[in-house]
Amino acid sequence: MITPRNTLVAGACLVLSVFSLTVGFSQESQIGSLNGNAAHGKQLYRRYCAGCHGDEGNGEGENARHLDPRPRDFTAAVFKCRSTPTGSLPLDSDLYSTLERGVHASAMPSWYPLTRQERVDLIAYIKNFSQRFREEKPQPPLPIPAEPPASSESISHGKQLFQKMECWKCHGADGHGNGPSAVTLMDSKNRPIAPYDFTSGERFKCGESNQDLYRIFMTGLDGTPMPSFMEDLKPEEAWDLVHYLRTLQKKPEGQSRQGIARIIPGKGPAKPASPQVTAEQQSIASKNH
Amino acid sequence: MRIRNLYLITVLLLPLTLLQPHGVGAASGAGNPSVGGPAAPLDSNGASAVSGTVKMVGQAPKLASINMAQEPACAKMHGTQMTSGEVVTGADGTLGNVIVYVSSGLGDRAFGPPSQPAIIDQKGCVYSPHIIALQANQKLEVVNSDQTSHNIHPLPVNNREWNKSQPPGMPPIEATFAREEIAIPVKCNVHPWMKSYIAVFKHPYFAVTGKDGGFELRNLPPGTYTITAWHEKFGATEQKITIGANEAKKLDFVLKARSY
Repeated sequence: MITPRNTLVAGACLVLSVFSLTVGFSQESQIGSLNGNAAHGKQLYRRYCAGCHGDEGNGEGENARHLDPRPRDFTAAVFKCRSTPTGSLPLDSDLYSTLERGVHASAMPSWYPLTRQERVDLIAYIKNFSQRFREEKPQPPLPIPAEPPASSESISHGKQLFQKMECWKCHGADGHGNGPSAVTLMDSKNRPIAPYDFTSGERFKCGESNQDLYRIFMTGLDGTPMPSFMEDLKPEEAWDLVHYLRTLQKKPEGQSRQGIARIIPGKGPAKPASPQVTAEQQSIASKNH
Repeated sequence: MRIRNLYLITVLLLPLTLLQPHGVGAASGAGNPSVGGPAAPLDSNGASAVSGTVKMVGQAPKLASINMAQEPACAKMHGTQMTSGEVVTGADGTLGNVIVYVSSGLGDRAFGPPSQPAIIDQKGCVYSPHIIALQANQKLEVVNSDQTSHNIHPLPVNNREWNKSQPPGMPPIEATFAREEIAIPVKCNVHPWMKSYIAVFKHPYFAVTGKDGGFELRNLPPGTYTITAWHEKFGATEQKITIGANEAKKLDFVLKARSY
């Protein structure tokens, strides 16, 4: 029964609903010229993310207990992949990169299939799970100076730094991830975590480029045992270390490193494989920034 | 007709409830930086104090032994049998490593941080002291006296988690914690036996007991306070006390030992 009065009521409800959707969230996000809409992000989150990360963003979604590593707890606002110093909140662009890239060797896929706007909306929503985003500003990103060319000198100096900084204590003398402290490592949720094995041919979690590698050990991976070396390494030393670490990586020729199920000894069934991300997608992704 | 009106009102009000800020609660007092104003004038001449002793009752748990074989230089500094340092007792069951502090009664007085830093040393692959207490925004200096790399990794709930490497010979790492938190676990991931706590207070009325269990909270303004004694393994206990101007009172605490 459509009466003028019902129409009026329905109209009032609609106006209020739209109003509540637009002002109900204190956090926003911005990537380039795109502004995130947290209310829309919430719809996307419920559809794509809540199954693992949970409706409350605490990393306790219904699939979480099957996953290793476990989904991120957004309420703690501690993120591995940042351009900012250890202890700082990430930039929107850091979260955006993770969404776009996915987290290799975890159940977190690349969300490249979503539109840019949708990814920015998701970031706006995710930031509402922690009051840290309301109270704190991210620190400025760590500057990364231009990379000098790799040379035998830089590689051998990097090798000395690998010793001096005692990277080998966790990552092993030859980068196998089998250093004396490796088996005792726990993440900040007190769950076992393995150091990266440079010889495994696996992708890094926070990006593939030399700049990404530089950034990983300068910012540290917050929430994990990997500390920041920002106060210990000069930029040129950090580049030497990058050049040495690249020599530890054995990349299998002619074989895709993506999408291969792996059996981890003593860790039970294979981890879920990440979806394929083609080199083309990655190059588009980097242009999108 | 009435029922229909009720229905309409409900439908109309529903979106309003969604207007509330979403997320994990609005900013609370506990989340705000606790220092800012100048120190409140203390209406005592410094003679008002609470002092006493903390004792443990019950069977002390057997401490876990530590194997430092991977760090021979550190192992050498400790003799044959090294145990974890969580429970330190003296004669008559006096208990060390207990933080005794004013947990309420100071009202909205604000206290600025002292200028001298609190210092924690890493020596022989253990933290010294095992428990450190400081004020919000007071500088903390972390020193590495060892010939090995450490990483300092506080795991706070109300402050920022960070994790920094400190190879031998590097200058002290400086840090501050903006918010009160009792207490922040600290670990070194390279050396899993290295554990410590950093307690952050928004006021200067706290003490950490030594082996003799003794503590003293000095220069308290007259008033009624809740004093809490906290131990990392045995939990916390509290008592109320009222002190007048220039009054010094005794207050003893007993914590029950429990296995962990």
